[in-house]
Amino acid sequence: MIEPKTRATRARTLHLNVNGKRVAAKAEPRMLLSDFLRHELGLTGTHVGCEHGVCGCCTILYNGVPIRSCLMLAVQARGSRIVTVEGLANEDGSLHPIQQAFLDCHGLQCGFCTPGFLMATYAFLKEHSALRMTDEEIRVAIAGNLCRCTGYQGIVRAVRQAAQTMKK
Amino acid sequence: MTTKLLGEPIKRLEDPRLLKGQGQFVDDIHRPGMLHGAVLRSQHAHARIKRLDVSKARGLPGVQLVLTADDLGPAGGSLPLLIPHPALTQPRTQRALADDEVRYVGEAVAFVVARNRYIAEDALELIEIEYDPLPVVAALDAAIREDTPLAHADVPRNIAAHLVQTVGDPDAAFARAAYIVKDRIRMDRGAAHPMETRGIVAEWDDAAETLTCWISTQGPIPIKNGLAMLFHLPEHKVRVMAPDVGGGFGPKIMMFYPEEILAPMAAMRLNRPVKWIEDRIEHFISTNHEREQIHDIEIAFDKDGRILGVRDTFLHDTGAFSPYGIITPLITATQVPNNYKVPNYRVEFTVAYTNKVPVSPYRGAGRPHGVFAMERLLDKAAHEIGLDRAEIRRRNFVQPDEFPHDVGLIFQDGGPTTYDSGNYPEVQARALNMIGWDSFKKQQARAQGRYLGIGLANYVEGTGIGPYEGAQVRVDVRGHVFVSTAASTQGQGHYTTFAQIAASELGVPLEKVTVTTGDSTQFRWGSGTYASRALTVAGNAVGLAARAVREKAAQLAADLLEVSPEELEFENGVVSVKGAPGRSYSLAALAVASNPIRYAYGEVPKLPAEPLPRQGPALVPGKEPGLEAIRYYSPPHAAFASGCHAAIVEVDADTGMVKILKYAVVHDCGVMVNPLVVEGQVYGGVAQGVGGALYEKLDYDEEGQLRSGTYMDFLIPYATEVPHIETDHVETPSPLNPLGIKGAGEAGAIPTPAALVSAIEDALSPLGIHITQAPVKPDMLRELIAEKRAQAR
Amino acid sequence: MKPAAFAYYEPTTKAEALELLGELRWGAKVLAGGQSLVPMMNMRLAKPEAIIDINRVKELAYIKEAEAGLMIGALTRQRAIERSRVVKKRSPLLAEAILFVGHPPIRSRGSVGGSLAHADPAAELPAVLLALDGWVHATGPSGTRRIPAAELFVGPLLTSLQPDELLTEAWFPFLPPGTGTAFLEVTRRHGDFALVGVAACLTIDQQGICTRAAVALLGAGETQVRSAQAEACLVGYQMDGQAIEAAAAAAMASLEPVGDIHGSPEYRKQVAGVLTRRALGIAWGRARRRSQL
Repeated sequence: MIEPKTRATRARTLHLNVNGKRVAAKAEPRMLLSDFLRHELGLTGTHVGCEHGVCGCCTILYNGVPIRSCLMLAVQARGSRIVTVEGLANEDGSLHPIQQAFLDCHGLQCGFCTPGFLMATYAFLKEHSALRMTDEEIRVAIAGNLCRCTGYQGIVRAVRQAAQTMKK
Repeated sequence: MTTKLLGEPIKRLEDPRLLKGQGQFVDDIHRPGMLHGAVLRSQHAHARIKRLDVSKARGLPGVQLVLTADDLGPAGGSLPLLIPHPALTQPRTQRALADDEVRYVGEAVAFVVARNRYIAEDALELIEIEYDPLPVVAALDAAIREDTPLAHADVPRNIAAHLVQTVGDPDAAFARAAYIVKDRIRMDRGAAHPMETRGIVAEWDDAAETLTCWISTQGPIPIKNGLAMLFHLPEHKVRVMAPDVGGGFGPKIMMFYPEEILAPMAAMRLNRPVKWIEDRIEHFISTNHEREQIHDIEIAFDKDGRILGVRDTFLHDTGAFSPYGIITPLITATQVPNNYKVPNYRVEFTVAYTNKVPVSPYRGAGRPHGVFAMERLLDKAAHEIGLDRAEIRRRNFVQPDEFPHDVGLIFQDGGPTTYDSGNYPEVQARALNMIGWDSFKKQQARAQGRYLGIGLANYVEGTGIGPYEGAQVRVDVRGHVFVSTAASTQGQGHYTTFAQIAASELGVPLEKVTVTTGDSTQFRWGSGTYASRALTVAGNAVGLAARAVREKAAQLAADLLEVSPEELEFENGVVSVKGAPGRSYSLAALAVASNPIRYAYGEVPKLPAEPLPRQGPALVPGKEPGLEAIRYYSPPHAAFASGCHAAIVEVDADTGMVKILKYAVVHDCGVMVNPLVVEGQVYGGVAQGVGGALYEKLDYDEEGQLRSGTYMDFLIPYATEVPHIETDHVETPSPLNPLGIKGAGEAGAIPTPAALVSAIEDALSPLGIHITQAPVKPDMLRELIAEKRAQAR
Repeated sequence: MKPAAFAYYEPTTKAEALELLGELRWGAKVLAGGQSLVPMMNMRLAKPEAIIDINRVKELAYIKEAEAGLMIGALTRQRAIERSRVVKKRSPLLAEAILFVGHPPIRSRGSVGGSLAHADPAAELPAVLLALDGWVHATGPSGTRRIPAAELFVGPLLTSLQPDELLTEAWFPFLPPGTGTAFLEVTRRHGDFALVGVAACLTIDQQGICTRAAVALLGAGETQVRSAQAEACLVGYQMDGQAIEAAAAAAMASLEPVGDIHGSPEYRKQVAGVLTRRALGIAWGRARRRSQL
């Protein structure tokens, strides 16, 4: 009944849906989902900042909810729906309202943490309206993502602006 | 020129790419056949390597190469000492791989190259290594005592450097003082922690004999020069690029980190691209740290609270090596006088080796410590003399009409410490107004049972140091402007601010300017982005180069239109005769005309068709083809930015937790090219300062083991810990450079610990608590509170 | 920071998972949400030979309301607790505590069973289970047994689960009418593991006399602990500020916290007392409001 260990350690082909497209690629069981997205699928927009779940740079949407892709194995994502930062902009290349808000509000500097913030914000605004939120509540919503450049001030403004434009 | 670009809060041109996940950070670079490196690091703070056997690792399937010190040849020697100084009498730099002794936890011992990083890490576990542990010196307090173990057997008392600098007659000043305050002030070890760790991709082309490296660095051009020298290659055969760099803040200006030698060497040996990406746990123990100092400082005042003199003796921890010389303590030494007139000053510092990660500048670079020491003492003096904390500062400010103000010391760049311009009283007054300094006392009195406090701190910052930066500005035949400079970017917005400067000079729309930074094939001269210097030094070079191109275009257009250059105006990419808009040439056309080759491509070149017959050479002596120019800017000395931070905090006296309720910054970095970018720098700096004030501590135990080596324990503030920051600007242009600008990169981080601790102490003033160290941890605060409460009983 | 190699098994039923666990025993680690295990694997502090990934065992994810409490499947995500109306309505202590667990992306993956089985002494859910006198079901080769919370947590990252046992569900009992609860903790940053925290429950009768009290502390010892001494200052007494002060003092005296770089033992002890006082104050207020209804 139990698979022999050799088979259980072997790489396997994973089929999943990433940014609305069906993709397939191979992964050993120990490959982290973050590495799989970046290096097997070439979606390097998802960044890796700490690989222990604190910085939030690698945040993506997994079956509609935000997760740390450095804390999931790629094999666990078999058959799932994933959205990464590359899936955020519109088909014509124009920016998603959240991206536009980050641009307008100077919500990024080096841009390394930015994809994680965008995905965390995206997940948050799918479920909440930030319209009547205090700054403090917005800050709680994005706590979990570290930014070393912006001091978060532009990001907080951007979340608010995005909430407004997405409401319209 | 009518398009107003300079001084406008222009949104950044680099953002769309970064927002769409299309940035190219070093780990995003993929080369065919690429292999992956991992580093075996010492787990001992100090030990002799007894045995090192890599045979099992070499035998692991998927492993291509394992390098140890024995394999490095001449490249295995001591790495360069970057900035020698006569006072640094015992410089020590590490080797790319430790040969017989390791001196800190994290020191590189072996380098494995494998098919992927997973296998490379497997191989690290197969390396057999035995150590003979040696005695460890970890605590800075004990480092220079006679009986302390030595980090380097041949460096007595662990003293790397010792320097005394004196201005005036400090001892006489202290002899006639009405008040003297003194304290031991301590700032603990911290680190920059850019969200992107370090990394390198190295590629060797065996046929062309060229080495190409992408490095997450703040100084790609010096590394190019260094690698060429190290590997005996002609400089043009080495190309180093800083791709998108995910934050720098100082430690990425090093040369070399071991991996910057190991990866290229492996690539050359294997003739395959090699990537090494530092992981976060490695980053904690292999990327340079900073901050740790202990000051014994005293200030003498006259009866009115005017400073007569300052004496400061401080100890600076450089870790196990001194690769960056003594820049950090030198800056501290010149920083202590701060915004104040200090007629008599004696500063003495000792740089000590310890078995910890080496130290090089981190945002603020010695200034947060100096400011912390000075401002802490001014608070204490205000209390003892009976003056308001703002008033004692007002009485001592260098006044607006007293510039240039010579502090009397040699600055870190070898030039004078001369403040070029500023308006410190105005800056502080505005900050106090923003925070509500005068009305706060009432608020504090009303907050019964709560511990509310207000604090402030001033700072100056020597920015924009030399030696120089250069830039090339070029207009192509489409009228597009290309700017290139060595001053690479780690998020400071160079693609926008440099473009603003060039566009404004040449009268073209911003979209018509493309900036390239940090690619050694695009611009070969310069040092990099650090010390709040990029915009000041490279920005002025861009301005000068753009001005030269403008002059060239003007002369060309003047010749073609048979007017004098003074009659021309540049607007929207067109050069026209003032008042006669029809009489004009586009910059594109002028770019074609500037290159007198005798064939044409496209429609544009027909416009300024070269008149025939021509007389004499196509290029008369002194004339160069192309609408392009290279110019350099070398500042006479540093330009001093300044500012004031003020904060209101609440302390939960039962738990020691601190909440920042309000934070105000007034900042003067001279003329602002882009206020949006300046404010972004200020906000980010304050956030790092909040970290240094309350959260971030690299906590070493006595054995030199780092106890806060993950993000679970080294606490970088989230958005929930960083306050909303109110900002205002005073602009006193720098007289030193054509654009009148000063650097803004580090300012935010400098006075934050001082301002917050000032506020915390004020909040706890009913208990009479005095704080002399940062970061302030809740258990430490709670202990101080408990002590005072016990005394009161 | 890449995990060492392991054999990977992904059962889809509880039975399959148990069979694997029985077979692989010590060499295997059960992977639930992975928010603690995967970081340890990335750092190679944990190098299991085999991973039994129970994330596809859908039968382990549920929140069932029964008369006396909530039965929560081990694989139920913390996010599901956070968003559950029934939790909010019937188990306010759990609802309050869940928001202290990490950050949203952690909670979308982290599971109830994983948090309990991981037994971090600073984790929130073990304290809640302990305060409520809850228990868990563990299933192994010899069947299913019930482990009361008080017997589950035996040391830092150590439970009384056997290597071939799977924690399958946890029982969070409802508290009687007249109960108020509160959860407080002190963290260095928002969402961090607690330096110290407390889950407090107070039940009062019509006369304002305390009939049940629970003070469960986290971060204040080798495991989450109930302070019997504190509770003894409350049960049977007329509730007032004095009783709370006495309970807080007793809680503090009863603790032997372990220190680390973020908080000395003394600090944790003191703050445990402070939080106990504050939490009991809040719980008492809530109990009074509820008993008036």
